[in-house]
Amino acid sequence: MHIEIDGISKHFASTAALHPVSLSIPSGALVALLGPSGSGKTTLLRILGGLEFPTAGRVLFDGQDATGLSVQDRRAGVVFQSYALFRHMTVFNNIAYGLNARPRATRPAKAEIARRVTKLLDLIQLPDIGARYPSQLSGGQRQRVALARALAIEPRMLLLDEPFGALDAMVRKELRQGLRDIHDETGLTTVFVTHDQEEAMELADLVVVMSMGRIEQVGRPADIRARPATSFVRDFITA
Amino acid sequence: MSDITHPAGFRPATTEHPLTRWLLVGFAVLAMGLLVFAPLVAVFAEALRDGVTAALASLGNPDAQAAIRLTLAIAAIAVPLNAAFGIAAAWFITKFDFRGKAVLITLIDLPFSVSPVVAGLCIVLMFGANSALGGWLVAQGYPVVFALPGIVLATMFVTFPFVARELIPVMVEQGRAEEEAALTLGASGWRTFWTVTLPNIRWALLYGVLLCNARAMGEFGAVAVVSGKIRGQTATMPITIEMLYNEYLSVAAFSLAAVLSVLALVTLLFKTVLELRHADQLAATHRH
Repeated sequence: MHIEIDGISKHFASTAALHPVSLSIPSGALVALLGPSGSGKTTLLRILGGLEFPTAGRVLFDGQDATGLSVQDRRAGVVFQSYALFRHMTVFNNIAYGLNARPRATRPAKAEIARRVTKLLDLIQLPDIGARYPSQLSGGQRQRVALARALAIEPRMLLLDEPFGALDAMVRKELRQGLRDIHDETGLTTVFVTHDQEEAMELADLVVVMSMGRIEQVGRPADIRARPATSFVRDFITA
Repeated sequence: MSDITHPAGFRPATTEHPLTRWLLVGFAVLAMGLLVFAPLVAVFAEALRDGVTAALASLGNPDAQAAIRLTLAIAAIAVPLNAAFGIAAAWFITKFDFRGKAVLITLIDLPFSVSPVVAGLCIVLMFGANSALGGWLVAQGYPVVFALPGIVLATMFVTFPFVARELIPVMVEQGRAEEEAALTLGASGWRTFWTVTLPNIRWALLYGVLLCNARAMGEFGAVAVVSGKIRGQTATMPITIEMLYNEYLSVAAFSLAAVLSVLALVTLLFKTVLELRHADQLAATHRH
């Protein structure tokens, strides 16, 4: 799905988290929102997911105005920073949650839900953990379960907030490849937030460098490396 | 690291000297025995002084029966209402940002800091026959003071903070991420509350409800002011116990006190059984 961000700004009380920003995300792209904390990248992601509403501007999904669309109707698969798995549910029920939450008319039958959950557990290469609780998983496993839960609703896009932030370096490298594979397999437009320039450059097709609520530069990793648009970008990507 | 043997004279930094440990444990046991256990035993001993028959006979008295029924009815009305209000207040305070949050939290604590007698007097002033509102209600045939509604109001005022106070820290610690996740997965707000919020707070809620219930059944001061102490009508168990004791009917007083204690012990037992039964799940989800 093609995402168009048209002059979005966001104010919290008296402070501006986002100055009007505009950005076009082509369908099927893997995009990194890169910037230091306070740059507005997470706010922009939350606006895309419908968890935050912009003070001004529009969001368009495939050319359709989605600015006022409720969080439920956006059908965005969101992976939260600390994964936000339902701690009182098994992994199976976590992944099945979105399917069970559908209205009766569109809810798949029990056996079909079980089949889809099993398939997703295979996709994240953790076929045997359905009966466990989130607290019994490692950080890397939790992240993958969160990804499977987001994919279960057959989302129109994937939004990930610092998906590798809480993991150690070894697991991080492994899961980066995992996300790349899942993206390539599903073809979903994917936006992830990171403060790690190496991660953004290595993983993304398109990198959006942000600072102080503004977009500094948009480009392919190689182009940003070769031709940083501002001194902030130059300093940030060499840091 | 218990498999490391320490050389003589050395011990881990967090371990006290054995003598200190025994003194502390001994003091705790002594205090518990003196302040909690002995009075409890005394209540039962005093109730059974003239034998089980006498104790049961005193409980068969119509006024005692009426007091037990009234106290149970008050708890049955006040506790569910306060549980609902407590959840609503905790939800509002922890999941939303707004001006005046600190003031609201202070207001919720107010019943803890105001003497129950003052609370009772406030209700008498508001709803008494001499006030405009109270006079009108009496004229319509719905007296509040010296009747069940007043006692329920007084009980609810005194027990209001229990549920909210238990829930607020738990809900603050859990944050909003799980609720947000449920919403992005397509769940409605109502479904999110029932399937995510409520299961996450259920142990804190249970604990708050049990405390609220214990206090609702045991409340004396506020109820004493608003009830008018009409025997067989508005006298709750604690008030009946006091009246019987003042009339030197100590077997009757202590029998009723024993029943009140048993009600409290049953709620504690109920909590313990639930905790034991769900021990696996508690361990897996780190909720206590």
